[in-house]
This record gives sequence, C-alpha cells and structure tokens, in this order.
Amino acid sequence: MSTVKTGEPVLLSGNEAVAYGALAAGARFYAGYPITPSSEIAEVMARELPLVGGKFIQMEDEMASLGAVIGASLTGLKSFTATSGPGFSLMQEHVGFAAMAEVPCVVIDVMRGGPSTGLPTKTSQADVMQAKYGSHGDYPSVALVPSSVLECFTLTVKAFNISEKYRVPVVLLSDEIVGHMREKVVLPSQDEVEVVDRIKPTVPPEWYQHYQDSITGVSPMANFGEGYRFHVTGLTHDVYGFPTEKPSEISALLEKFKNKEIHNSRDLTMVEEFCMEDAKICIFAYGSVARSARMAVKILRQCGVKAGMLRPMIVWPFPKIPVENMLERANLVIVPEMNVGQLRKEVERLSNAQDKIHGINVLDPTFITAEQIVDKVRDLRAKNRRTGEYIIG
Amino acid sequence: MAEQTMVATKHPVRRPAVHEWLRVKKKFPHLWCPGCGIGIVLGGTIRALESLGYSKDEVVMVAGIGCTGRIPVYVDCNTLHTTHGRALSFATGVKLARPDLKVMTFMGDGDALAIGGNHFIHAARRNIDITAIIVNNAIYGMTGGQCSPTTPLGKRATTAVYGSVEPPFDTCELAKSAGASFVARSTVYHVKHVEQMIRMALEHKGFSVVEIISNCHTYYGRINMEGGAVEMVKAMREKSIMVSETMDYEKARATGKPYVIGVLHRDTERPEYCELYEQMMQEAIGRK
Ligand SMILES: Cc1ncc(C[n+]2csc(CCOP(=O)(O)OP(=O)(O)O)c2C)c(N)n1
Ligand code: SF4
Repeated sequence: MSTVKTGEPVLLSGNEAVAYGALAAGARFYAGYPITPSSEIAEVMARELPLVGGKFIQMEDEMASLGAVIGASLTGLKSFTATSGPGFSLMQEHVGFAAMAEVPCVVIDVMRGGPSTGLPTKTSQADVMQAKYGSHGDYPSVALVPSSVLECFTLTVKAFNISEKYRVPVVLLSDEIVGHMREKVVLPSQDEVEVVDRIKPTVPPEWYQHYQDSITGVSPMANFGEGYRFHVTGLTHDVYGFPTEKPSEISALLEKFKNKEIHNSRDLTMVEEFCMEDAKICIFAYGSVARSARMAVKILRQCGVKAGMLRPMIVWPFPKIPVENMLERANLVIVPEMNVGQLRKEVERLSNAQDKIHGINVLDPTFITAEQIVDKVRDLRAKNRRTGEYIIG
Repeated sequence: MAEQTMVATKHPVRRPAVHEWLRVKKKFPHLWCPGCGIGIVLGGTIRALESLGYSKDEVVMVAGIGCTGRIPVYVDCNTLHTTHGRALSFATGVKLARPDLKVMTFMGDGDALAIGGNHFIHAARRNIDITAIIVNNAIYGMTGGQCSPTTPLGKRATTAVYGSVEPPFDTCELAKSAGASFVARSTVYHVKHVEQMIRMALEHKGFSVVEIISNCHTYYGRINMEGGAVEMVKAMREKSIMVSETMDYEKARATGKPYVIGVLHRDTERPEYCELYEQMMQEAIGRK
C-alpha cells in the first residue's frame, strides 16, 4: 500500500489523509489540475501512485482531468481527481457525463471562498448545492462531508465504495480547514479497510447489457478491452448503451437513476448523533463547522441546556429521516454554515414549523466558533422567554 | 448483402472487413447525409485496422460530439462517445491506464480545434500513443453550418453571413508545432490514400494526427455554392497536391494549392508518453 504508517499514531493533514484513503480504497489512477487548497492531494498521489504501479497525470485543465478519470475508470481502474470551487465548476460537464454513462469515479472538492476565484486560502461551505445540482439535467448525486482528518481517510474510502457499488460519480466535500489542519490519527491497516469493487458481468459478451435494467438501479459493469465491446455515450441510451430517442427507453433510464437513490437510501444515509437522546436544542452541522458545534453542545450541556448535534456525513442524498426525527423533538434548530444557508433551506423544507429553524451564516473567512453558536442559542432563548414560545431546559 | 453471398456460394467467402467490424444489425441505417465524406473515413479506418491485424477487442475508439463524433457507435469494438471537444482527454485516461490497447480518436474540426484545441495541443505535446483522426469539413455540420476554426477567410457560414473575417488554423502545422510525431493529410477524394495514411498513423508509436478533408455539401457546399457531394469531392482532386520524393512539402506548399496531402511530418526519435511513464515508474520503484 502507501508509504504512510498504519496502526500507530501519525500526524497528517486532511488532504494527506484523503490521498491515503484513496490508496487504501484501491485507487490506481489520478488525473488533476493544481488548485489551492487541494494541491497536496495531487502531490501525495504523484509520489505514491508510481510506487504501486498506478498512474498519475497532471492534465491541462479540470475538464480534461475528469475526462481522463472517466476514461481510466472504463478500463477498470479506480480513478479520482481533486480540486476546489473554480475547478469543480469546470468539471460539472463531466460529472454529468459520469452520471449519465454510469461510470464510477470520485471527485474531491476542497471548498474555498467563492464565487469565482474568491478566497483561495480561506474556508467555505458554499459548494454544497453545486455538489447536488452542478451539472445540467436530473441525475443522482452523492456527496460526503468529512469533519476530521481521520474522516478524510474513512469517508474517502466510503466515497470509492459507494461509487463502485452504485456506478455513480461521488463527491467528497472537504474544506480548507479540514484539508489543511493536522491531527494525530491512527490509520487502519489495509486488512481492516472494507473495500468494495464494482460488480462484474457473469454473462457471455453476446448477452451483455452495459445498462441492464434493475430495480436497485445498479447493473454489472464490464471493462474496456475484456471482450465485451460495449458502447458508452453521454446521449440518452438504451440498455446496451446505444443512443435512443424512444420515450419508453428514456423514461426507463431516468427512472433507473432515481432508483439508485430511492432503493438504496438506507445505505446512503450516514449521520452522527451527538447528545441527541434528550436534546431540545439541536444543532445541524457538517464539515469543519461541526467541530465548533460539538464544542457548543458541550458548553451548553455544562450550563444545563439540553443541546445536541445531528451531523450528516453524507449530505446528498439528504438525510431525510434523521432530520425529520430531529425536527419532531426539537424546540429549536440551529444550522450554522459557511454559506448563505444552503442546507438550512433543505431542513426547512422538511419542517412545518420553520420559525424554529435558525441559521448562523458566516460569509467572511472568520470561522464559525462555538461561542457564536452558544451566543445564538442564548439570544434566541432570551427572546423566547419574553414571548414564551419555546420551553427549553 | 454479404450474408446472401455466403449462403449462395458453396465455399465460404470472406466477408469484406467493414462487415466484420460494423455493428451491422444493431446500428444501421446511419445518420449521415447521403454523400457525406465521413463514411469514406470510417471505411478507410476499418480497412487499415483489419490490414494491420488488430482484433476488435483491443481497439478503443473515442469520439467527441459532431457528425464525425458518431463514427465509433457503428463500429463493433470498445467505443466511447464523449463530450464536445474532450475526446482526447478521455482517450488519454484510457491509454495511460491500459497502454496495451490501441486507442483512436475521431473529431470534427470544431471538436478538435475550437472547444478541444487545448486538449489537442497537450496530447501532441505529450506525444501519447493515440491516433487522432480529424475530419475537416471547414464547418460545424451537426449544429447546422456555423463557421469553424478551419473555415477559410471570406467563406460563408450561418454565423459568417457576409464571409468569415477570421483566418483559419492549419491543422497539420498546429499538430506539428505542438509536438505530434506523425502528421498526415488526405481528402475523401483519395479513398485509398485515406486508408494508407491511417494505416501509417496506426503503425507509428506516438501521437499521430491524420487530417482528412471532407465535404459537408449539406451546409458548406450549399451556403458557399460549391455544389453537391459529387462536385465538392471532385474539386478536392484539383485543390490537392501530394508530397512525394520529387515534390517535398515546401515545394508542394509553394504551388499554392489549398491541400498538401501525404505524410507531412514524422519524428521517430521523440519519446512516447506511456513509455516514459513506465520508465519513470520502474525507476521510482527501484529507488524505494
Ligand atoms: C459543450 C457543447 N457546446 C456545444 C455543443 C453543440 N455542438 C454539437 S456538435 C458541434 C460542432 C460540430 O462541428 P465539428 O466539430 O466541426 O464536427 P462535424 O459535425 O462538422 O463533423 C457543436 C457546436 C455541444 N454538444 N456541447
Ligand atoms: S451535415 Fe454535413 S458533415 Fe454532417 S452528415 Fe451531413 S454532410 Fe456530413
């Protein structure tokens, strides 16, 4: 495997942990274009991949990077790229292609301040909606959000596993803080890492359908150069992959995409509940901001406030059931985010009492602190003591 | 047609290569206009592959978007129809991942030189072992006759209503100066020559480019009043000059004919990308 030590403490940055996670998941192809704050991932891959017989290439831009990744994945190599906002925007054309052609691949987006060139060295969470709706058309989106260095490793492995299992592009939404901070971690050894590989066809080539109909939305996948001689296109296609304009075949294809999310929703839900058993004040936080939220919960608990945190590790598909459960029991929901409230709106959509949902939205590069979250709770409680709306404690 | 022949004769007749290689049952009729030159390119490609003894399983055809980009869907090999302009980036991934596969790309002039211009020069710079077939019809066929980076100055298109005011690219000169180690040109009038150029490109190790001048009579011919398919293809004979032992490239260019055809550049010394990568990898592993 990689040159990093496993089973004993090492000091790693989040970006390094992503790279080692990818290697542990079996990634053997990387194509990318340098961009702050993601470049360390490329640098580790450039060093490690040749040592394990893998392929690394620095492409001429981000469209080319994801194009090369998809090409390599079609030959059977687990493939990925890493970028940040501006590059992620350029990649959207091929995110859609990978979704349409059902080619497994992973895109790491280490978020930085936007829009446009924005704040290259400062953190943000403003690409959450881009990870969902960035490319045109309706397609299944999967996005994972790590909030620690260790999670950069484990969720990257998970991202590859989901991608291979469901034949979908998967996005890992890291951010500048998680990517650049260093923590002491103990990485699991290769045997301890659960690795999922794509399902290979068992039928002879004459019977092979590259997009075989299936209720779960997943079909076995052959690789180029193995005798199956299939066709891959970004055009709407039939079960063989050949272009089609027949309404019945088109709706079957788009239905299959929907089924990937619907029929696998349990597997695609991953949340952490922190002090949620009796919580009345719930903080819905993800990524680096969840670190402050965890601290805020601890402070509030010390003050006798029944606070808790719901932290999605997979934000797309949106964790509907855990959020509904939270909304049912909470008197107050705080959604701190480093954007204008991209996921707060998703929480509000599931609620019939939207006035109990409040955002903390910081758009400048000063990070959201635990104190800010605690202060917000205090202000809201004070206000509500007057109106008597919430009974908290 | 060929299957009938097989039934009618006692001795099995070898079917023409195109029938072996085409997805005859699944994909025909094709979508090209009657008389379009792209079919000549497809035929030449298949005959070249067959004559070199390639198996269908080891060939990967990658294409961009456009009329030219539809070539692979008709061929019974590993086929990948990508996004507009980006065929070479996908092909680079395939080739680097599986250097043992024979990778070809098919692009129109807009596909290769406008939206895909950056990928084109970088594939050439790397000298990666891919054969890039560029069908140059000097216009955007698929989208209905807009001007392209190879539309000659003064010629008309639906977006150059009064004549183009942009000088065109010379595909072969561009490829050569960007680092492609094999560069050739042909026209769809020269059917056998097309096949020969593609064969030589396939035999070459490194990034090989074959520009094939083709007719889009449906748009270019009609808008510029250059006639139908027959007139346009015939005119290619008059407009071409072939390089040979007595007619070198510079001399041929000096004649002023628009299409200098033949092998225009070949460099067998320039190292190939995947081989360099392999070398670097072995050295890195050795050093570990
Ligand atoms: C990103 C993107 N932009 C534009 C298009 C529309 N489009 C499709 S084919 C084409 C140009 C085709 O011309 P050319 O590449 O010269 O190929 P031809 O059809 O002449 O063979 C364009 C602009 C597209 N499919 N994708
Ligand atoms: S539009 Fe032009 S390039 Fe396209 S098939 Fe017709 S003749 Fe050929």
